[in-house]
Amino acid sequence: MEYKDYYKILGVARDASQDEIKRAYRKLARKYHPDVSKEANAEVRFKEINEANEVLKDAEKRAAYDQLGSRWQAGEQFRPPPDWDAGFEFSGAPHQGGQAQDFSDFFAELFGRRTRHAGGAQRRAAGQDHHAKIMLDLEDAYRGGTHRVSLRVPEIDASGHLAYRERSLDVQIPKGVRAGQQVRLAGQGAPGMGGAGDLYLEVQFRPHPLYRVDGTDIYLKLPVTPWEAALGATVKAPTPAGAIEVKIPANSQSGRKLRVKGRGLPGNPPGDLYLTLDVVLPEAVTPRARELYQTMAQELAFDPRHSLGV
Amino acid sequence: MKQMESHANPTLLADCVFTLTLEQIAWTCTAEPAWICQLVDEAILNPSGTTLADWRFSAEDLARARRAWRLHHELDANLEVLGLMLDMQDEIERLRARLRCV
Repeated sequence: MEYKDYYKILGVARDASQDEIKRAYRKLARKYHPDVSKEANAEVRFKEINEANEVLKDAEKRAAYDQLGSRWQAGEQFRPPPDWDAGFEFSGAPHQGGQAQDFSDFFAELFGRRTRHAGGAQRRAAGQDHHAKIMLDLEDAYRGGTHRVSLRVPEIDASGHLAYRERSLDVQIPKGVRAGQQVRLAGQGAPGMGGAGDLYLEVQFRPHPLYRVDGTDIYLKLPVTPWEAALGATVKAPTPAGAIEVKIPANSQSGRKLRVKGRGLPGNPPGDLYLTLDVVLPEAVTPRARELYQTMAQELAFDPRHSLGV
Repeated sequence: MKQMESHANPTLLADCVFTLTLEQIAWTCTAEPAWICQLVDEAILNPSGTTLADWRFSAEDLARARRAWRLHHELDANLEVLGLMLDMQDEIERLRARLRCV
């Protein structure tokens, strides 16, 4: 297990006041909150920051952590001294607010001993619900299908110690799920006297190289030739459910949007597919191609800059 | 990865269309029902039904309630501005998706 330098994570001195810690936490939390941040590693950083704050904001935990001394380096292999937390009693549950936060093994080892139950989490005997995210490809929403989901589940063992356990489930995701949607697996949360809790999975799509998803609609940039755009044509376009044929109206320009009804995400009603035309010019690399362009230049009276007044 | 429970792992069917009562949505968000009521007052959540007892929250409401809970607890966001924050997040997400693609 690696030692974690909570002061370094929050960027404060070891003798920082509680106010300084609070301010440092707020600033970093705003920067790295996964719902807000555009930083690539936001989620990982946010967990770290939250964990550091969980310890340093709490006088008991901070005192216990300080007792380990300052000689440890972040990342160094760490094993707590056998009697390190003697005399400390952590009154809060490790998961403040009942939200099963994904803290590190280092945290679990140091603060995972529950001496008293937290009121909130134990207010009724039913098992707690668990929440996790599942990443799918856009195509999965069209097909449905079975996915293996790996979860890291916090558990209190027989000696009252918090530990994390890997758990994997095969889950059949129905057709037509949307980004941000919650799907429920009844009875797959934490066990409890009054029945197990439920497991909720939040569906997210991996970014797709071709399609952009907005609600139930999907968007695709469709390259067309100048003559398809000018004369009109029926061309093939891909969709996550397979290729379709689309009619390009004559005299279309780059950027023209075509709506293909009902070819977005499946559902009731299904979403639509929007194609944005992108006119691509053939390169003038052969003598024949140059000749054709020259003919157009001579025979078509066309000035696209007319409206610019030049 | 650690040892998985791979032996005879049955396939579980995920439930996409479900509704939750006030008690249930509060429980799964680890929030007090009174806090959920405030989100309804602020029109952040829009349950169907007219009385507290027959309010039914959708899966979309659950996703929003959980995001609201995180912003409220992790950033100390005021209830009054939570709705605005959530709407702005949605808009930013849409704009970022547009930047990535077309």
